[in-house]
Amino acid sequence: MRSQWRLAGALVAGALLVAGCGGGGGSDQPAADGKVNLTFWDWDPNMDKVVAIWNQAHPDIHVTLSNPAGGDQLVSKMITAHEAGNGPDIAKVEYQSLPALVAKGVVADITQYTGDAAKDFDDTTLKATRFEGKVYGVPQDVAPLMLFYRTDIFDQNGLKVPTTWDEFKQTAQQLHDKAPQVAMTNFDAADPGWITGLMQQGGADWWSASGTTWKVAINSAQSKKVADYWQGLVTAGTVAKNPSFSPQWNKQMNEGQIATWISGAWAPAQLGGIAPNTKGKWAVAPLPAWTAGDKTTGIWGGSATTVTADSKHAAQAAQFAAWLNTDDKAVTAQIQNINIYPAATSGRSLPILSQPPAFFPNQANYYDLVKQAAPNSRSFSIWGPNVTVTFSGYTDKFGAALQNNTPFATALDDIQNATVADMKKLGFTVS
Amino acid sequence: MAARNRAKLPYLLVLPAVALLTLFVVAPGVYALVLSFQARKVTGGLLGGGSKLVFVGLDNYGLALADPELWSSIARMVLVALLFIPATVGFALLFALLLDVPRVKLARSSRLAIFLPYAVPGVIASLMWGFMYLPATSPIGGDHVDFFGATTVFFSVANVAVWGSVGFNMIVIFTALRALPSELYEAARIDGCSELRMALRIKVPLVLPAIAMCTLFTALASLQLFNEPNTLRPLSNAVSSTWVPLMKIYEDAFVNSDVNKAAATSVLFVIAALAVSFVASRTVSRVNR
Repeated sequence: MRSQWRLAGALVAGALLVAGCGGGGGSDQPAADGKVNLTFWDWDPNMDKVVAIWNQAHPDIHVTLSNPAGGDQLVSKMITAHEAGNGPDIAKVEYQSLPALVAKGVVADITQYTGDAAKDFDDTTLKATRFEGKVYGVPQDVAPLMLFYRTDIFDQNGLKVPTTWDEFKQTAQQLHDKAPQVAMTNFDAADPGWITGLMQQGGADWWSASGTTWKVAINSAQSKKVADYWQGLVTAGTVAKNPSFSPQWNKQMNEGQIATWISGAWAPAQLGGIAPNTKGKWAVAPLPAWTAGDKTTGIWGGSATTVTADSKHAAQAAQFAAWLNTDDKAVTAQIQNINIYPAATSGRSLPILSQPPAFFPNQANYYDLVKQAAPNSRSFSIWGPNVTVTFSGYTDKFGAALQNNTPFATALDDIQNATVADMKKLGFTVS
Repeated sequence: MAARNRAKLPYLLVLPAVALLTLFVVAPGVYALVLSFQARKVTGGLLGGGSKLVFVGLDNYGLALADPELWSSIARMVLVALLFIPATVGFALLFALLLDVPRVKLARSSRLAIFLPYAVPGVIASLMWGFMYLPATSPIGGDHVDFFGATTVFFSVANVAVWGSVGFNMIVIFTALRALPSELYEAARIDGCSELRMALRIKVPLVLPAIAMCTLFTALASLQLFNEPNTLRPLSNAVSSTWVPLMKIYEDAFVNSDVNKAAATSVLFVIAALAVSFVASRTVSRVNR
């Protein structure tokens, strides 16, 4: 608003133009001394420390780290930068966004450079970055969904850590009766990562493919079971319903008004920034199960290091991606500084995993619990080629459902329809 | 010789303006028009195996017009505008009239204080108001009043916009008031007219052209509503990613990466905006006459 009376057409096209002019990175031509400069987009806290190790050991291949955005926003930025032809060389991409970026030709096929590195991953992990036999990224971490809870709040109110969703509901009610100002957890409509993890645990398979035909089942009975369960908690008023990573949520987390966070194994490093006052007050437990004894969980995020189609130094960029995720020193530094649970098989037996994350000094067996959960984490058969549409649909439809107290099940129907319509429009075959 | 140089001079003088207009308005506009007739289609294989742009005629326009979200976003924009335009022009006029009263105390510093919010960038202002609205951080009773309720959210968004625009419009009206000949006031005072009657019967009718211009500016500003709702969006479930038309266009272009549909919506929006401006400026010139 204000005094710039630019017209809307100029806005969109002008933004493209600006994106084209802006120096978003891109590869420099090799300098006369043969030195290669690579740019790396990543939003991990403390990644600079890991990149510094590489730069010290590789004077000929310099990696410049930049953090233009995180998660889904970075995906949008990558697509826009690709259109403008000035993307980075290397980028962190969450597994759920990778098929979409492959479909748009944003990330490069690096099969020829990753032959050795690929051997360090089991098939389940590699499945997330390998489509139709081609490798599009080196897996960085796996992030099984876990239950993070405040030990002090649980102790004060005499609560037991729930092991099933029924118990979770009862515990939420007990907490609500004893301390009405404390919510059991927060139902988040802003970040789709956690709900897809819960859907995976509940047996939903939002996307699957046979041959080149897609099947989309976002509003399946399994999805609606999970959605109805959470609607019950929201209606009972035992969970908060604010967007996560917002000032409101951060403050509630920091001041002990939220007792649990259903999150990925990377949570401890994030909690340091979200709720600095709560150091040592958190512990992790397996995600509650639908039937007692079932160990199935879902995933939230988990990422791969990808090389973009715009990179002029794909070989060196792939070399960095492989080093970052398979070299013992690099993986150790990542566990220590970013609290990832590594995707590489060799990384999972590193001695550093016997130490708890810095923010969880009270829980020595932190990585043991993650290690037990990891093999039981279930993902969708494949992530759709247009997840951004699905995810923005989730944010808007579930946000509106929370705002207006309308059924989550209807929101799922809307997301299903929007996703299928967009896939058909793009020319994908949908059964 | 000298005469020929003089004939060239006007062209030289308008050249920078024409060049800038061509580069930053006309060229992107034409590009958007071209994009709006195209669509991206995948070329076989499970993940598409790359994609190509094809000519699709008016398909994007049909899709854009059939999208219920576009119409809801327009409805929300109109609701905000219905609050924003009268409040901005009303407060601007009120402040200008108050500052124009003779012997008013602290006129200069009050004028600066009212103008100051205009100097605060829209995104910063929205963030600041966002923190004032959120229950966890609100110093103005956000824990008692839900500033992001189904109805209150329209007032909350309009409030940020009003706060930012009153100052500018106040200056426009105030300047117009100052330009009025002082003999008018002297004559009115001799006739025993009170300050209030003078404001209503003399000042307001005489600055009507300035008020009309402010209304036009504010109406155009409502069409471009983007910063305020877009900045408030991550703070609350009340503001969706397609809350107003420009957010809808942004979402299509940069989140759902459908630049072509976004371009078609933009073209439609430009036509609508031009129509509104045309009607509004006709009204203004009639008032001025």
